[in-house]
Amino acid sequence: MSATAENYRGYNFAYLDEQTKRMIRRAILKAIAIPGYQVPFASREMPMPYGWGTGGVQVTAAILGPDDILKVIDQGADDTTNAVSIRQFFEKTAGVQTTTETGKATIIQTRHRIPEATLQDHQVLVYQVPIPEPLRFLEPRETETRTMHALAEYGLMHVKLYEDIAQHGHIAKTYDYPVLVAERYVMAPSPIPKFDNPKMHQSGALQLFGAGREKRIYAIPPHTEVVSLDFEDHPFEPTKFTEPCALCGALDSYLDEVITDDKGGRMFVCSDTHHCESRRAEGHVGALGTPITPVTEAAE
Amino acid sequence: MQPVLSVSGVDKAFHLHLHGGKHLPVVEKVDFAVQAGECVVLGGPSGAGKSSILKAIYGNYTVQAGSILVRRDDAIVDVATAEPAAIVALRRHVMGYVSQFLRVIPRVPALDIVAEAAREAGLAPDASRRRASKLLTRLNLPERLWALPPATFSGGEQQRVNIARGFAGEHRLLILDEPTASLDAINREAVIELIAERKAQGAAFLGIFHDIDVRDRVADRIIDVTRFAPHSERAA
Amino acid sequence: MNDPLLVVEGLAKSYGGRMGCADVSFTLEPGEVLAIVGESGSGKTTLLNLISGQLPPDQGRVAYRMRDGALRNILDLTEAERRFLARTDWGFVHQDARNGLRMGVSAGGNIGERLMGIGDRHYGKIRDVALNWLDRVEIDPARIDDKPGQFSGGMRQRLQIARNLVTNPRLVFMDEPTGGLDVSVQARLLDLIRGLVAELGLAVVLVTHDLAVARLLSHRILVMKGGYVIEAGLTDRVLDDPQEAYTQLLVSSVLAA
Repeated sequence: MSATAENYRGYNFAYLDEQTKRMIRRAILKAIAIPGYQVPFASREMPMPYGWGTGGVQVTAAILGPDDILKVIDQGADDTTNAVSIRQFFEKTAGVQTTTETGKATIIQTRHRIPEATLQDHQVLVYQVPIPEPLRFLEPRETETRTMHALAEYGLMHVKLYEDIAQHGHIAKTYDYPVLVAERYVMAPSPIPKFDNPKMHQSGALQLFGAGREKRIYAIPPHTEVVSLDFEDHPFEPTKFTEPCALCGALDSYLDEVITDDKGGRMFVCSDTHHCESRRAEGHVGALGTPITPVTEAAE
Repeated sequence: MQPVLSVSGVDKAFHLHLHGGKHLPVVEKVDFAVQAGECVVLGGPSGAGKSSILKAIYGNYTVQAGSILVRRDDAIVDVATAEPAAIVALRRHVMGYVSQFLRVIPRVPALDIVAEAAREAGLAPDASRRRASKLLTRLNLPERLWALPPATFSGGEQQRVNIARGFAGEHRLLILDEPTASLDAINREAVIELIAERKAQGAAFLGIFHDIDVRDRVADRIIDVTRFAPHSERAA
Repeated sequence: MNDPLLVVEGLAKSYGGRMGCADVSFTLEPGEVLAIVGESGSGKTTLLNLISGQLPPDQGRVAYRMRDGALRNILDLTEAERRFLARTDWGFVHQDARNGLRMGVSAGGNIGERLMGIGDRHYGKIRDVALNWLDRVEIDPARIDDKPGQFSGGMRQRLQIARNLVTNPRLVFMDEPTGGLDVSVQARLLDLIRGLVAELGLAVVLVTHDLAVARLLSHRILVMKGGYVIEAGLTDRVLDDPQEAYTQLLVSSVLAA
C-alpha cells in the first residue's frame, strides 16, 4: 500500500491541516526543550471520543512522515480495539506503513504500556495521557499546581506517597507512578504500570506525551534522567512477578491475568503481545503454551 | 544604694469619654521609693487611689505625668514611658503582682498555673513544678486540689493559688493588692512568713493590707496616700 | 533589646474607593504576641493579609528579619522566597481549619507536608515527628492516620497548629483561632497556644474581635477602627485603662462573665 494523494483525497496527510501540525510541533519542540514540563496546546476535535487517545493521535499526526512505520499498542497489545482503530486511522489518512514489530517501528503510539524490547535512538514513543497533572488529586487549583511546578515545590507529591504507606504499609500506587524528570519537573508518566518506569530512564527513544482533553503536551528527550519518587526507607520498587508467562515462559516481562473458564481457572501471560510472540517464535515455551512457527508481517 | 522602685511626680486621672468626657483625677504628685529588702505599705481610706498607684507601677494604668523608675540589673526602666516590650520583660524578670482576684484561663490545673509563673521567670519545667508544689504546700492548699482548675475552689483557696503564683517568679519587687483579705489566720501567717523570708533575701515589697495586724507585722514603713490626693479635692 | 523580627511602616491599602487600612506602623520583637482587635470591617483582616504577604499594599513596607539576620522587605522577595518563608519560618492559623488543612489527607500527612516540602525523605522519621506533634497538641497519636474530617472542631484547630509549628517557625499569624469553637473548647485551645508560644518563643500576630482572647494571649494590642490604628500599647493597660473613646466603648461593651 503506497502513500499517494489518491489514497487520502478529502483529507490532508495524517488528517490534521498543516497549520495545526505546525502548532503542535511548536508545542512538542518546547516540551523537548523543557523536559517534563506540560506545554499547553490548542487540542483539536478528532473523529473519535476523548479518552480514546485524541492527544496521542494529534502528536503522532504532527510528527508522522510518509516514510515512517507506525506501531500502535493498547495495554501492550496490537490487536485490541483502540490499537486497531488508531492504526487503521493512520493507514487511511496518511497511508503509512504499519507494523506490530517493536524493532521495526519508527513511531510507536501507546496506551498504558512501554514495549518490553529496549527502544532505540531512532524511535519515538507517543503516550496517550488522560490526566497530565500529577498533583491534580491533591491540589485541585490549576493556578496553584502551575505555581508549584514553576517553583519546584513538590512536597505535596510525597504527601501522596506518605498517605499510601500510612494506609497500606507500602507505596500502593502501581501505575501512573510519578517521576522526576531531569532533576526538575515532576511528571505523570500516564497510566503505565510502575513496572515500566525504569524503561523511561535514559531511554534512547524520544518520549512524547499527549493529553487531548486536558490540552497538554510534554516530553522526555532521549537519554534523560527519569527518577521514580520514593522515600529513603521505602525505596521505589518495580512490580515483580513470581511466575513466568504461561505462553512464552518469560520471567522479566509484565504479565496480564487471563481468565480461562468460569471455575476460577486463569493464567498469566505477557501483556506485550509482540514480545510474547517473538519469544515463542524463538522457541521459548511456557507451561500452558504450544510451540509456534514465526509469524510474518501480516499483509493488509 | 539605688532604690528598687522610685516613683516621682506621678499624676493619675481617668478621662471618661462615654460619660460626657468627665475628667476624674485620682492621685497627684505621687512621690516615694522602695529599697531592696523593704516592705512599704500604702495606707489610707478606700477610694484614696491605693490600687491605682499599684496598677500604675505595674504598668497596668497609664499615668499623665511623672516617672516610675524600676531598677533592672544595671539599667533603670521608666514604666511611665517604656515600650510595651520593656514592661513585659520587666514583669518577667523583676516585678510581680498579686491581685485581689485570681484571673486565669479556665480549665487549667492549679499546679500548672503556679508552675507557669515560675517558668516565665526563666526556671526549667521540672524546677518550676517543684517550686510550685513547695509554695502550695506552704500555703496549705490540699494536694488533692492541685490537679484541679481553681474555678470551683473557695475564695480563700483561689487566693492562695493566686499568692503562690505571685511568689513563684521570685521577683525582686513584688506588688501585693490585699493578698490576705480572704484568708484565715493560719494562712495569713503563712503569707507573712513568705514575705519575711523573701525580704531577708533582698526582695522589695509594696502592698495594700487592710488587716491592721498583718500590716503592722510586715510593714517597714506606711505611706498615707491621702497626701497624694488631687489638688481639686484637697481644696474641697 | 533584641532586633525587631518584623517592621511595618506606613502600610495602606484601599479597595477601589473603600479604605482597607491606612498609616499602620509597628514593630514586632521575637517572642512577642501582638493582638489586632476591632470590629468587623475595622481593617484587621486586611492588615493581617498585608503583613503576611498575601496582599500587596498600596503604600508602605513590611520588613522581616530573615534567619541570616538581614532585614528584608517581603515585597522584594521573589515568589519562591516568599512561599518558602511562608512554609518554613512562618505559620498561618486560619479561623476555619478547612482553609489551613488538607481535608483529604491524614493527620500525619498534614503535619508531615512541610517537612516533605523542605526535602525530608525518610518516612519513618517524618512519622515520628508527626506522632510527637500530635502528642504535643493533645491529640491521641493513635489517630495519626485519621483524616481531619473525623476530628472535632477543637482537634482540627490543634492539628492545624501542629502542621504549622513542625518546621519551628519564628512568626505565626493567627486569624480568630478560637472563632467558631464551643466556649468549652476555646479555653483548652487558648491554654495550648499560650503554652506553645511561651515554650517555643514564637512571635505571633493575632487577629481577634474577642478581647478576652487578646488578654489571655497577647503582650501588646493594636485597636483598629475604620482602617486606622487608634490605640496601641501593653494589652492589660489598653484593656484596663483605655484612653480613646472608641476603646472605652469596646471594653465597656464586653459582658463580664
